Amino acid sequence: MNQLQNLTKGFFKENPILVLVLGTCPTLATSSSALNGMGMGIATTFVLIGSNVVISLLSNVIPDKVRIPAFIVVIASFVTVVDLVMQAFVPALYEALGIFIPLIVVNCIVLGRAEAYASKNSVFSSFIDGLGMGLGFTMALGILGAFRELVGSGSILGHKFISGDGVLVFILAPGAFWALGYLIALINRIKRS
Amino acid sequence: MEYILIIISAVFINNVVLAQFLGICPFLGVSNKVNTALGMAGAVTFVIVLATMVTYLIQVYVLNKLGIAFMQTITFILVIAALVQMVEIILKKISQPLYQALGIFLPLITTNCAVLGVAILVIKKNYNLLEGVVYGASIAVGFGLALIILAGIREQLELVNIPKGMKGVPISLVIAGILALAFMGFTGIVK
Amino acid sequence: MAKTESTFKNMVLSLTLISLGASACLGFVYELTKEPIALSVLNKKLDAIRQVVPEFTNNPNEEMYRLPTGEGDSLDIYPAKKDGQIVGYAVSTYSKTAFSGNISLMAGFKPDGTILNIKVLEQKETPGLGTKMTEHGFKDQFNNKNPAQFHLKVKKDGGQVDAITAATISSRAFCDAVQRAYNTLQKGGQK
Repeated sequence: MNQLQNLTKGFFKENPILVLVLGTCPTLATSSSALNGMGMGIATTFVLIGSNVVISLLSNVIPDKVRIPAFIVVIASFVTVVDLVMQAFVPALYEALGIFIPLIVVNCIVLGRAEAYASKNSVFSSFIDGLGMGLGFTMALGILGAFRELVGSGSILGHKFISGDGVLVFILAPGAFWALGYLIALINRIKRS
Repeated sequence: MEYILIIISAVFINNVVLAQFLGICPFLGVSNKVNTALGMAGAVTFVIVLATMVTYLIQVYVLNKLGIAFMQTITFILVIAALVQMVEIILKKISQPLYQALGIFLPLITTNCAVLGVAILVIKKNYNLLEGVVYGASIAVGFGLALIILAGIREQLELVNIPKGMKGVPISLVIAGILALAFMGFTGIVK
Repeated sequence: MAKTESTFKNMVLSLTLISLGASACLGFVYELTKEPIALSVLNKKLDAIRQVVPEFTNNPNEEMYRLPTGEGDSLDIYPAKKDGQIVGYAVSTYSKTAFSGNISLMAGFKPDGTILNIKVLEQKETPGLGTKMTEHGFKDQFNNKNPAQFHLKVKKDGGQVDAITAATISSRAFCDAVQRAYNTLQKGGQK
């Protein structure tokens, strides 16, 4: 597989949210607006790239039996770095995402890529894999966030497109489930045709 | 009274799955059958209560004492992972039936964000140890409640003709949305 | 390079080294971000103060003092001075009677007790209903009113405040918080 395919597989064919259905917790929780969704996506992308690169570097040094705890330490370190940096420089976004920043550590996508890809491939391929998967995640979150924001409050990224209050329920918890459910159904439909 | 408020708020109003979006993966993954849902709920309750206690003590007596609260995420996840392993080993040794009932769910629990989520929330909300444990247990009950309701509905759904694209995850998400809407009715009962 | 074998020594060694490396990196990043984090917290507070009182030349954060509310706790008062002359007080106040969770506000008062402006610092109200308390349409009705004459209660309760449609409880909590700030400031006397 060439590097371009490696990069783009996360966008659609193996999209972590829409096809693999991994990392649903942050997806539902932080997609109440396009900005929050993309902020979460970028934070996760950073962790994915960082942990993929370091794990692929260390994969020969780490004995097999303690592989998972070692991966978790590496991932948790990157998550803490993101946590501290966001707290310092984008406090508003940090507050909006709240507890879901530290919870990137238990996002199945990150550990999943470490185990399934980075521990078996070269550093550069792992970097590309992390970037692609992260961007695919960010894209799905952005689409979902934009949709919920548009339907729920009539605006995207704070710009008003439809006057009036919008269908409030889409910003609330039920709308999160519905929007993701129908989006996945749509992807299933496209995949079959 | 404080404790009753914590319980009602954690089980119904801020239901961990339907309002706080924690533990969605197992919520979608093991809600096919009511029986498996019960097993998962049991295992999660066990681990959450234990993890809440241990992480609380570590936060107060180690991290805060040493002034390294920023190591919270990394410490908590390691403690939880170790704890889950330990529970699995002990369970295997002392109670075979219990191990068979809960064992298969245990490895899945490390990456259940509800466990780490509750551990962090207890610290954020400034609960004391007892409040934290009560909160953790109620969160687990709320998780079990949502899981079992969804499993019950999904068992019925098998008899229904669902459009192909909606089968599996999408229809479960739509049902979860309706459940979330129902649970929103509880908001405001605790002042 | 050959794969490291899973001997006990190797496992302990590699885990220890990785943990040490990770801790060292985190300690370093923590030191780097400590100041910016403290600064952003301070800026947020100063921003809120700036929005609710007239222009000042002192540092209200350093001159902050606490006044008891009479309910067993106290509120933070930030005096705003221009050229040594008091021009207003920013009071960080709260209410526990909101629809979900507590709300906290920064309320600005003239020295005679007239409300200057109010900024919502934190709220978890229902999006689209209670959250309207952060919008000008609701909160600006308090500006330039003196609670000595202006009855700080929603009209439903016999007061003079126009409640947010379908969010009376949130509106009441807002009034409650402002009233608490006013009472505390009046009772505590002015410095």
